[in-house]
Amino acid sequence: MKKMLVLTTALGGLAVPAMAQEITVMGWGGAYSASQVEAYHKPFAEKTGTKVVSVDADNPATPIKAQVSAGNVTVDVASVEIADAVRLCDEGMIIPIDAASLPAGVDGVAAVDDFIEGTLTECMIPTDIFSTIVAFDASKFPEGAAPATIADFFDTAKFPGKRGLKKGAKATLEMALMADGVPAADVYATLETPEGLDRAFAKLDSIKKDAVFWEAGAQPPQLLADGEVSMTMGWNGRIYNAAVQDNKPFKIIWDGQVFEWEGYVIPKGAPNEATALEFVKFATSSEPLAKAAEHISYGPPRKSSAPLVGNVFGTDVPMSPNLPTSPENMTNALASSLDFWVDRDSELNERFNAWLSAN
Amino acid sequence: MTSATLHDDFVVFDHVQKSYDGTSLVVKDLNLKIGKGEFLTMLGPSGSGKTTCLMMLAGFETATHGEIRLEGRNINLVPPHKRGIGMVFQNYALFPHMTVGENLAFPLEVRGMGKDERETKIKRALDMVQMGAFANRRPAQLSGGQQQRIALARALVFDPALVLMDEPLGALDKQLREHMQFEIKHLHESLGITVVYVTHDQGEALTMSDRVAVFNDGRIQQLAPPADLYERPENSFVAQFIGENNKLQGVIEELDGGRAVVRLATGELIDATAVNIREKGQQTLVSIRPERVEFKPELMPPGAHMLDAEVLEVIYMGDILRTRMRVAGTDDFVLKCRNTLGQTRFAAGERIRVGWHPEDARALDVI
Amino acid sequence: MSDAPLTTSDGRPLKAALAQAQARARRRAFLLVAPLLLFVVITFILPIGQMLQRSIYHDGFSSAAPALQAWFEANPPGTAPDEAAYAALAADLQLMKANRTAGEAGTRVNYTLPGTRSLFTSSARGADKLEPPFREALLAENAKWGDPLVWEAMRSAASPWTSDFYLVATDMQRTADGGVERVPEKERIYLKLFGTTFMLSAVITGVCLLLAFPIAHLLATLPASRANLLMILVLLPFWTSLLVRTSSWIVLLQGQGVVNNVLVSARLVDDGARWQMIYNMTGTIIVMTHILLPFMVLPLYSVMRTIKPAYARAARSLGATSWTTFRRIYLPQTLPGIAAGALLVFILAVGYYITPALVGGADGQLFSNLIQFHMSKSNWSVAAALAGMLLAGVLVLYWLYDRLVGIDKLKLG
Repeated sequence: MKKMLVLTTALGGLAVPAMAQEITVMGWGGAYSASQVEAYHKPFAEKTGTKVVSVDADNPATPIKAQVSAGNVTVDVASVEIADAVRLCDEGMIIPIDAASLPAGVDGVAAVDDFIEGTLTECMIPTDIFSTIVAFDASKFPEGAAPATIADFFDTAKFPGKRGLKKGAKATLEMALMADGVPAADVYATLETPEGLDRAFAKLDSIKKDAVFWEAGAQPPQLLADGEVSMTMGWNGRIYNAAVQDNKPFKIIWDGQVFEWEGYVIPKGAPNEATALEFVKFATSSEPLAKAAEHISYGPPRKSSAPLVGNVFGTDVPMSPNLPTSPENMTNALASSLDFWVDRDSELNERFNAWLSAN
Repeated sequence: MTSATLHDDFVVFDHVQKSYDGTSLVVKDLNLKIGKGEFLTMLGPSGSGKTTCLMMLAGFETATHGEIRLEGRNINLVPPHKRGIGMVFQNYALFPHMTVGENLAFPLEVRGMGKDERETKIKRALDMVQMGAFANRRPAQLSGGQQQRIALARALVFDPALVLMDEPLGALDKQLREHMQFEIKHLHESLGITVVYVTHDQGEALTMSDRVAVFNDGRIQQLAPPADLYERPENSFVAQFIGENNKLQGVIEELDGGRAVVRLATGELIDATAVNIREKGQQTLVSIRPERVEFKPELMPPGAHMLDAEVLEVIYMGDILRTRMRVAGTDDFVLKCRNTLGQTRFAAGERIRVGWHPEDARALDVI
Repeated sequence: MSDAPLTTSDGRPLKAALAQAQARARRRAFLLVAPLLLFVVITFILPIGQMLQRSIYHDGFSSAAPALQAWFEANPPGTAPDEAAYAALAADLQLMKANRTAGEAGTRVNYTLPGTRSLFTSSARGADKLEPPFREALLAENAKWGDPLVWEAMRSAASPWTSDFYLVATDMQRTADGGVERVPEKERIYLKLFGTTFMLSAVITGVCLLLAFPIAHLLATLPASRANLLMILVLLPFWTSLLVRTSSWIVLLQGQGVVNNVLVSARLVDDGARWQMIYNMTGTIIVMTHILLPFMVLPLYSVMRTIKPAYARAARSLGATSWTTFRRIYLPQTLPGIAAGALLVFILAVGYYITPALVGGADGQLFSNLIQFHMSKSNWSVAAALAGMLLAGVLVLYWLYDRLVGIDKLKLG
């Protein structure tokens, strides 16, 4: 193996970079890893002859940090959340990837313009987008009078019933401001100001007496299913699973969604760095991203992928309406600001908790 | 105090029965009258029903049938705290979180007694048991004998006319137990209280009591003063339970009034006093106290039967010499004699003849 | 003779011989407990010590910014940053970029002044392009570098030893002139929640005691076979996953839950006015009482089992009614069990977080939930400071308990 490594490194100087025989990709396990194996690993192996070994961790950022610190890196590519990616990048644990070197979209648009604004960072190439949204139980509202906007979530007069709210500041404050009429583009600038913050809390005040607060991601679909709330904040994947797999009449309001993303990083000292980079470039090109979205309801981060997304894998139901990134769902969407929350997480959650415990 | 003066029916058990499970009786038809000022002991092996009787009298158990009367009043339905009976428990049951003084004050406080009167009474009770200096100690800081005295003082401090004692000396060592027996007896006499005392120790029962009720199998087997109990047991259970006893089994050969001649299994004949024997030919168990066995023919009444004996061992017990021998086929026939100057000392293997006065041997029914 | 020291038969002083004999016994005893001692030190004392150290020590900024540290040492607090200060800042930012320590440094300053972490990470990214005059260059990069509060925060962070985390934990903040003030009313949370937590824990302890006392008494007096069955029922919660238990309480107590449905169908409660028994303080009390009940039952049971029925009988025979017997004889003897159970339940309740997180709703959350929040965000220092406060609170309580009840009265089983 070591000899091979020396050989490939030596040949690396030639025109075509030689491919390693095998690379290791670390994912999160479960349905999420399964979608990546189907959409990225298998096609890549087919195309290049390089075998892709899939390993899982609860949160791959943790073993990556440990491996790089110990100087014993066994993973070539890892899937991490954006917040971890930025932290690892700041600490020099993962290598920068030049977005300009990524392939253009199928429609010919350069990669830097093809990825949804704000999702590209120094060290991570996004693979999927998930979102905090508002969902409701369609059976609780008459036909044609169902809520449709984020403002409706805060309108308990027109849409009566309890509201499930995330017990935390992140995404909750953004939604409150958007419901209060602040355009998505201005949300963080507004939240930076004390007046804007007060405005967000004032909006939250308007539904506080009807609010049921949840903490774990499994709670919102349960609250809806139990009839405890008529509308709730939640994570789109969880709501999708309950609606499609458990056949519940849950509908998602995409207006005012706050999305985050995760993607691939290459740890510093990866054993097959060149091949790892090739894998990342392949996996994050338009078609594989679209294909992954057919397996799990996380949206492809490239705009050019949206039209390529077909039916939910193995059915004849189109996946597109369930993805945060579908153009019709992106009309009023907000990319969660990493810098804002890195700076303000503690402060705003203190404020949020103070608001919670105030009567 | 003798049994003749006692019959004023202070405590009466009238056809009392007790069952815990509804299928068997622990106490079977108990009839007992206890006189005022009497010291009555309920003696018996464990499970004989004696403690159950005491608990019914104290009010912690209810009689399944029959009536218990105290000073002529039916107390079946009177709760324990209204019976005014003092009680000393097996392990003293001194309240561990209270000092000695507080333990004694408790029965007085619940009776609403004023502080001054309380203190006088506590002091008197403590002095009575020679524990005057210990009022501020905790029970755990006292020795077993001291705790025993406090328990006694606590049961007496509120001047009850009747005091129940449930094996109160069971946890003490032998010497202390004997000492306390005398103290309790002394207190009983000087205070003139009525005491019902439960024990399984026959020595204790004989030492202290005016009368002893021997319990077995839920019945009183014999109710008599200690001397009668020891010397004139009315059945084989009592004979065996009280004191050491030589037993010889046989058949009534002759029955002449109170006198009986018994033929043993080995064919030999012995003399005895008939106690509960009805007819000739009946099986009987003859009981002879070891200290009443004679080995000198000159001390025997004329014409009395004697038996061959082979000495098996001699045990030196200090005040007494205990000689075990084989007599009429049994290996555990015992002879006790005082260790006096010039007393005959046997050696193992020696062959002698033993006998007894007919009035010392009691022919009883076989149980 | 009386003045001469006693000696052993071979002439050695008795005291020395005794000391030697005892020293050997002591050494052996120490060797026997040494593994446990080591275990306790490694798994308990050291982590707590480390946690307490984290609450007052953070070298994320001080080790990443040596030049600024030197400038702060040379200039007293209140000095307006001059060109030399900005030059030091630029040098440190370049160092941070090279060592990739901007994130750590920013995190430390962010504790003292929220909203500054990204200031460091973004400025460090472009630090190589900074040229003199550094003041203008840095202000052009980000106007926040001119904010005296930022400089005050950096000065505070330049020393690894700090009280900043405890300031945060007591709802305080630094002012621009180096003083300390309470944070605005609507941001105060920790002290209030600290009080709520202790109050709620006391209520839970009280409810647990009221419920556990009769059960423990029953357990202690029943015959062994039936007591065992009852004991299994009491311990059942122990054998069920905490989450399962909590979820089943949600199913039972929620608005559309079993209890409300029964009440509504029995027409005891109007359908529109269903009881709110969960996702609030009531829910927290109910569910935590259930979860902590065994911790009250067990010490009570172990104490009650040793109280002989003879004590109660003695009291009755001495003339006490059953109530007096309970109050003056039985209850005082169960005190060690009550004390142990109460202390155990109280301390566990003070530190609980999963249950209040799931069923606490808005007003049923406890102090530990905030510790958990900071831990999940890797804010180890604030989490440590909050945990330190909790530890101090519990120790004060323990001390009070010792003064009022006496620690020797404690009996855990």
